[in-house]
Amino acid sequence: MRHLLSAGEIDRDQAVLILDTAAELGAVTDRSIKKLPTLRGRTVVNLFYEDSTRTRISFEAAAKRLSADVLNFSAKGSSVSKGESLKDTALTLQAMGADAVVLRHGSSGAAHRLAHAGWIDASVINAGDGTHEHPTQALLDAFTIRRHLAPEGGDLAGLSVAIVGDILHSRVARSNVHLLTTLGARVTLVAPPTLIPVGVESWPCAVSYELDPVLDSVDAIMMLRVQSERMQAAYFPSALEYSRLYGLDAARLSRLPEHAIVLHPGPMNRGMEISADVADSSRAVMVEQVANGVNVRMAVLYLLLAGDGKDAG
Amino acid sequence: MSIVLRGLRPYGEQPADLVLEEGRIADVCAPGRGVGDEVIECDGLIGLPGFVDLHTHLREPGREDAETIDTGSHAAALGGFTCVHAMANSSPVADTAGVVEQVWRLGQRCGLVDVRPVGAVTVGLGGVQLAEIGAMAHSAAAVRVFSDDGECVHDPLLMRRALEYVKIFDGVIAQHAQDPRLTEGAQMNEGALSSRLGLAGWPAVAEEAIIARDVLLAEHVGSRLHVCHVSTAGSVEVLRWAKARGVPVTAEVTPHHLLLTEELIAGYDPVYKVNPPLRSQEDVEALRHAVADGTIDAIATDHAPHPREDKDCEWAAAAMGMLGLQTAFGVVVETLVATGLLTLRQVAERMSQAPARIGRVANQGGDLVPGAPANITVVDTISRTDVRARDLVSKSGNSPYVGMALPGRVWHVAYEGRITVRDGVVA
Ligand SMILES: [Zn+2]
Repeated sequence: MRHLLSAGEIDRDQAVLILDTAAELGAVTDRSIKKLPTLRGRTVVNLFYEDSTRTRISFEAAAKRLSADVLNFSAKGSSVSKGESLKDTALTLQAMGADAVVLRHGSSGAAHRLAHAGWIDASVINAGDGTHEHPTQALLDAFTIRRHLAPEGGDLAGLSVAIVGDILHSRVARSNVHLLTTLGARVTLVAPPTLIPVGVESWPCAVSYELDPVLDSVDAIMMLRVQSERMQAAYFPSALEYSRLYGLDAARLSRLPEHAIVLHPGPMNRGMEISADVADSSRAVMVEQVANGVNVRMAVLYLLLAGDGKDAG
Repeated sequence: MSIVLRGLRPYGEQPADLVLEEGRIADVCAPGRGVGDEVIECDGLIGLPGFVDLHTHLREPGREDAETIDTGSHAAALGGFTCVHAMANSSPVADTAGVVEQVWRLGQRCGLVDVRPVGAVTVGLGGVQLAEIGAMAHSAAAVRVFSDDGECVHDPLLMRRALEYVKIFDGVIAQHAQDPRLTEGAQMNEGALSSRLGLAGWPAVAEEAIIARDVLLAEHVGSRLHVCHVSTAGSVEVLRWAKARGVPVTAEVTPHHLLLTEELIAGYDPVYKVNPPLRSQEDVEALRHAVADGTIDAIATDHAPHPREDKDCEWAAAAMGMLGLQTAFGVVVETLVATGLLTLRQVAERMSQAPARIGRVANQGGDLVPGAPANITVVDTISRTDVRARDLVSKSGNSPYVGMALPGRVWHVAYEGRITVRDGVVA
């Protein structure tokens, strides 16, 4: 792998390798040293055109634990907010000798473009592009699910995962559909028809317009953030109606199988897609997801940068 | 000064000598018999009436960094055109007699093709108030085609009034059919691919619904409607239905919608970003057959130059549009002639005669007979050449065909009896 642009281009063995690597690196850094020398002398740039403190910090921690130098370019207070084009910024990063660029961008395909337009030689890691993909989020979700429900390792064959909410605008959902099915899980998307993408029939997953019928058969349920602005665009009539039909509350939680876990990519809208008591319950694994995010991102940086022939120190 | 096109085969039929004199075809006679001051050996090449483009963005005034009337005229001539309609979405917008006369005069000064300005339907393309349509029609530019192209005249009442008003001088409203609400933020054809790529969908119904409304309006008020750049199979069905009812509607399709499909967008290269968007293979097939059976009357390029920085960026930030003048004939040969869908006489109809009629352009779209205006394009349909960036004379380089081999070649062009292109080079 030279870039990580889409979960759709990761095959099963690569996915398992990333998850296994994340587990190993996590074990080492948890145990003692905190820092591995693996990427000493390498430069990782976090280029964030959208505010996402949690994702940026996660990548930053991952890179630092591998001893890489980290440069943060964020939209606020830098040339990227002053209308400098992605291309010009890329040329600057190229001149600075970036080895990897972690890109968060509001435009679908931005990471793909950065990787393939001939502007830069660095590896590109997609940290979320528009409504397209967010592959490291899917990897950390898969990692979290595996740790709970397939602790012996390997893939996720036989597990059933529901993804509930604004599928249409969700890069997390797209990446998860690709990755979880690649790993052998059965995925069901749950949303009102207005928030289901056109052409979803060609996706390797099931679709349900109702949440209740899927509850008793899932091993993991992922609740997506639903922005209340979607109401203005007539995707659903009111926040109340949405949460009544698609929100995960205590009553619905009690109908999940006992082993089932609840995921959320954050930030949560408590009272909208998830009730406060569910968010705080022992079934919810959001805090673990954050910790696992660092491990998975370490694994991605390691696999992209450590083996490419340059002196990795 | 008289010119003989020796051994030319009009419409690919029997060879003849065409003698051009004083802007007219003075004589058509047996090969070798034509007499004139200058002889151009055509030696079996095909003669067609000069192409007429109903839909060209020349960008002047306002975006001379992308194209000028001069550079666009060069591209048009090399593409075999003798007339282009310059769309109104310049800056300032061509919504007054002053602007259309300026465009017309700059075209005259360049002298390579007949530059016919298109007037805006509404002030500033704003969709609120009718532009001074009558003043533009009665100006030196004698505008007959009115369009807010780039924007849809979506207010049904305004559209009705515009259709009615242009009856004064037998004008036509050329509609860019795109429901604005159904295409807010739209980036590409809506379907499985747009969902996978995470690009906001541009549904076919957004085009089809406007065409359906407009053909009913045109029928109701008895006015001429022209539909720009038809891009979907559903639009073809609506047009077929309307024509069967006798609605006075005409339609055009672009070369790129006859050849390219949305699959090209998978790499997010903005050179493929265009309005209306590239559609599916089924749409492409339907459009080709619609040209063949006459449901679509004309090929129009929608030549839309954009400077490099407007394409060398991420998809959402990129401008919509692609070059088309120099490659139009090659694409028509590839998609319609080589496939057996069109005869060369029909190519002449779709690329010259029909657009000239729709635009009410005198002296264009004539037949290749004595007395007709000497606007002639000399081509072959056999040679296949690579489209190379350095051969494109447009000021911009946003051609989706660079690197492709296209059949058919424009060798010589006569405009008003003068040779504007000789051996594929502007004379
Ligand atoms: Zn248009």
